[in-house]
Amino acid sequence: MKYHVLEKEQLNCFIKSLAKKMKVVAPISKGHGNYVFGEVKSADEISLNYVPTILPPKKYFMPTKEKMLDFDLSGKEPKDTAALDLEEIAIFGVHTCDLAGIQCLNIVFNERPRDYNYLLRKEKLFIIGLECNKYCDEYASCTLVNSHLPNGGYDLFFTDLGDRFLINVNTQKGEDFVESIDLPKAEPKDMTALEKLREEKKKIFRNEIDVDPKKIPEMLDKVYNSKLWEKVGEKCLSCGNCTNVCPTCYCFDMEDFINLDLKTGYRLRTWDSCQFETFATVAGGENFRSQRSMRQRHRVYRKFKFPVDKFNRFFCTGCGRCSRTCMAGINLKEILKEVAEESKF
Amino acid sequence: MDINNSNWRIRRGKIIDSKQMTPSEKWFEIALDEKELDHEPGQFVQVELFGVGEVPISICSSPTKKGSFELTVRAAGRVTREMHKLEKGDFIAIRGPFGRPFPVKTMVGNDLLFVAGGLGIAPLRSLINYVMDNRREFGKVDILLGSKSPKDMLFSDEIGKWGKRLDVNFACTVDKAEPEWKGNVGLITSLIPGVNLNPERTYAVVVGPPVMYKFVIAELLKKNIPERHIVLSLERHMKCGMGKCGHCQIDHPKNYYCCKDGPTFTYDEVKDAKKL
Repeated sequence: MKYHVLEKEQLNCFIKSLAKKMKVVAPISKGHGNYVFGEVKSADEISLNYVPTILPPKKYFMPTKEKMLDFDLSGKEPKDTAALDLEEIAIFGVHTCDLAGIQCLNIVFNERPRDYNYLLRKEKLFIIGLECNKYCDEYASCTLVNSHLPNGGYDLFFTDLGDRFLINVNTQKGEDFVESIDLPKAEPKDMTALEKLREEKKKIFRNEIDVDPKKIPEMLDKVYNSKLWEKVGEKCLSCGNCTNVCPTCYCFDMEDFINLDLKTGYRLRTWDSCQFETFATVAGGENFRSQRSMRQRHRVYRKFKFPVDKFNRFFCTGCGRCSRTCMAGINLKEILKEVAEESKF
Repeated sequence: MDINNSNWRIRRGKIIDSKQMTPSEKWFEIALDEKELDHEPGQFVQVELFGVGEVPISICSSPTKKGSFELTVRAAGRVTREMHKLEKGDFIAIRGPFGRPFPVKTMVGNDLLFVAGGLGIAPLRSLINYVMDNRREFGKVDILLGSKSPKDMLFSDEIGKWGKRLDVNFACTVDKAEPEWKGNVGLITSLIPGVNLNPERTYAVVVGPPVMYKFVIAELLKKNIPERHIVLSLERHMKCGMGKCGHCQIDHPKNYYCCKDGPTFTYDEVKDAKKL
């Protein structure tokens, strides 16, 4: 493991050197406690202490609208070309929950048949993580899913040590950049400070719901037909906010568009939500998840049951966005507590 | 990794024949530029109409038929209604084939009972014709067919031929008919008790609308056919075909994407689903 040190007053130089090479995005404040990932030119625009952004960095990996195919109908027979619009972007200040989210998406889109658009886009992104020394707010449940500590998935990873950042270098790409700006190597005192910080974190970051995470999948097996889903369903407005802001939700729709010349057009992949009423409807009119309770249950199973069966990991990163954004006050931590309670019977 | 090999690229084909089978169902025969689709019975393709959209359609022909494949399309939505306007000679764009096929290899050596309701005959026909072309590999074959009325019956010429074969037991029924209809009238479930079968060595393959499954399966279980010998093909809206977009995921405690883990399932795999 390789570590470097960056004095805090040097952060601006760091961001400016990075911005000379590529577009830099980082958490910026939008007021009222809201933050978004947006383009920055200097460090003073960045909010280093931020509550998870409205949308996770998945928007750079899987844009809300993404062109997958161009077609041309002007000739005798239509022609298609694969579309891909790439931009080199450095994403600065990604919390460990969102790093875990990106890892989940990587697994899904790398599964055959692979998604070339996602995988090629990912290669253009330079990821710089940022450790949380304390909780962002009461909605987070990162310790439950063990995403409060870095588990890879970044090029560089920043830890705030008060007057300086300790930078963990994880890839050659990260190494090349750190070398290009001559960052000093970490000294033993820096490593001791990191160890001390992690020890402190153990006291702060505790399993948020007092439920053994290993048992959640089998608990869910027991409560599939429980009334608790109806209770959640009664609150739900089917707005799809919870899935849009989720760092591991990737369901999508495909739409065709014709340009104004009426000769050319394109196919778009757009974000979709399993919470929308018609998501599982077929052309004949049959809706296979017609009830809000079924759709909410589906969402929870897609986070804590299905991906465990398939990829041996939760697709919840504990970021808390779904609960934070829910207009009806549906709280994931409360749902999990109820699941644990119900599964006892 | 070259984006030109993206799985969203289409395969180019031409409609070499088409026929309006009923007011709502049209049949197409398609030849791809690269000749073979290379599918197995029970799989589906995505049909793309540039500028309109894409729809998943079951392949209704057997892979034993070379050089072209066939689709039967019900005008049920925006894309399929537009598709009905296509004629012989028109260009068509395809992705696929996708999906887990019928378990043909495990069925070899067993008796087969086919139960099709309405448009369910389309995906089932890919298997029935496969079995006809490899008739020696299988035991006794029974085909039960149900449709709304005699004029809604699809592939009637072909069905007539199945009915005449000595190595196939064929029966059909309609929900309602004019007085001149000489065949059975009633639900398809009424045909099942009369089938003579050895449950341990019979595979029942059932394809039809969701409402049909519950009642047909109940009859088959009464005949003691094991749950893992009952094979279904489920309908969902597969938008990508690659196990990603999420639309076709079955409402079930287990993780099933209809497009990848299905569309064919054995009854024991999916019996916990509220709606099949």
